[in-house]
Amino acid sequence: MRADASEAILRILSGGPGATLQDAGRHGYLRFGVTAAGPMDPLAHATANLAVGNSAGATAIEVSVGGLEVTAESGALRVAVAGGEFSLNLDGRPLPPAVVLNLEEGAVLKVRAGGRGSWCYLAVAGRFAVPKVLGSHATHTRTGFGGLNGRALAVGDRLGIERSGSSQPSISAIVAPWLDRPLDTIRVVLGPQHDFFADDQISAFLAGPWTVSAKVDRMAYYLDGPQLTHARGYNIVSDGIAMGAIQVPGDGRPIVLMADRQSTGGYPKIATIIGPDLGRLAQARPGAVFRFAAVTIGQAVEARRSEAALLARGIVVEPLTRTHLSSEFLLGLNLIDGVFGVEG
Amino acid sequence: MTLPIDPRFLDAGEAALVVEFGDTVDPVINDRVLALDAALRADPPAGTREFVPTYRSLMLHYDPLGIDRETLVAIVRRLMTGLAEWRGEGTIWTLPCCYDPALAEDLDEAAQILGFTRDDAVALHTKATYRVYMCGFTPGQIYLGGVPEQLKISRRATPRPPHPAGAVSIGGGLGTVVPFVMPTGWYVIGQTPERLYAAERQDAFLIRAGDLVRFEPIDLSTFRDLAQRAGGGEIVARKRAT
Repeated sequence: MRADASEAILRILSGGPGATLQDAGRHGYLRFGVTAAGPMDPLAHATANLAVGNSAGATAIEVSVGGLEVTAESGALRVAVAGGEFSLNLDGRPLPPAVVLNLEEGAVLKVRAGGRGSWCYLAVAGRFAVPKVLGSHATHTRTGFGGLNGRALAVGDRLGIERSGSSQPSISAIVAPWLDRPLDTIRVVLGPQHDFFADDQISAFLAGPWTVSAKVDRMAYYLDGPQLTHARGYNIVSDGIAMGAIQVPGDGRPIVLMADRQSTGGYPKIATIIGPDLGRLAQARPGAVFRFAAVTIGQAVEARRSEAALLARGIVVEPLTRTHLSSEFLLGLNLIDGVFGVEG
Repeated sequence: MTLPIDPRFLDAGEAALVVEFGDTVDPVINDRVLALDAALRADPPAGTREFVPTYRSLMLHYDPLGIDRETLVAIVRRLMTGLAEWRGEGTIWTLPCCYDPALAEDLDEAAQILGFTRDDAVALHTKATYRVYMCGFTPGQIYLGGVPEQLKISRRATPRPPHPAGAVSIGGGLGTVVPFVMPTGWYVIGQTPERLYAAERQDAFLIRAGDLVRFEPIDLSTFRDLAQRAGGGEIVARKRAT
């Protein structure tokens, strides 16, 4: 790919299996069986994008606990990272987990799983020069839709970026306290098939406690906890599946359907996680324990409104100073990297 | 037939509403789903995002900050009173289908379970006209009702290994055509060279809910020829209006 003056290249130096391009999702084609995909944590995705001046739903790289290492070619790139508490490192210098920075030509940014969280987002000021599929860059690897040739990013991939905005030499921390979200309680709206469960089973579902199992990916999070029983069978004639739907198959173990879920399915769905809590569950790692709490539609909409208001205020950044490198922060860093930038 | 119906309104979270007309696979119920879908698409209410018809319900995805649930329910109720019988868009597709043992991997197994010869099973399968109840699960995949009683077979207890794209299958009393490689709990009894999904085509998705489908048997060499043409972007199924 040849870059002109306004273009630069983001090159993948190494990456775990789970790094994919994601925009706000491929919408409008569920009726044909096309999965929307899109970010696992939409709030973090929007935060990273807004921090570099992109629209909230612009295309960014979703990084899994597998991590990612990138460099800029043919020019500098303005980059933001936000999401779970990942361990960030720019040319050997450790950084806080949510930052905006100038990735100079040849500089190396490493993003690795840190103390908390399963997903983070690397946004670049501008646009990815990658063809869209059905109007979207969102990657759905199971059907090979979107992203770079329908797959996760891999070593050696070179992504053309049509740059926008101006570069600033400073590194700034993103002030986004809303990304610091303990798991504890996940809010749900009961249904659409909660009438397939007796009252005591609904109570057991809400009481939990639930543990995120080892079986988690972009399609579904399997939960361990009380075994639920159905009042009237567990096969339903297929109907639509919303993101965050919690289906209970015959074995009584709930499955939360996430961004890469299929469009339709045939198991009863006891409840649906409200939009603002989806990212919080998505960030949980296997072994995390939580409970569900039932809320009304009105309460769920109110939570959405609050979240939208947060982002509407704009993203505040503050220049990175030594105060960000408190001893607590330094102790939290991945020690393999070395706090003073000595590469292992 | 009019549609004086009192559907159930079920919440799938705060951003999706299920309008449920029944809980069975039934052409009358599916007619209502498709009629409401057509009415909503003709004039989508502000704040709605997309509508997903299934066998027996319509899922309305919406932005709850753009339209509230009560308004949406009121709009649906009002639309219901004016709905006429669903007549479909009137498209009948004839899909070429190869039942050669090389492609019809489970045909002998299914025929044996059902107590026929493979030729009898093929004759039954090609004699029927199928209704497309819904698309879903994978892009462009169609679910078919109208499977002859003698061909109704349960799904497998455990899935079989992945089949090729274009697999024509039966299971759970229904039929399907799947344009992607994937494992299945159904029985693969043939393969069509047609591509139900083709990104580069003007109509990326060939067949829609409410269309009718027939299968026309072809031999292996015809299959190979048609598959090559389909690969070049040609539509090899035949299409006509009712």
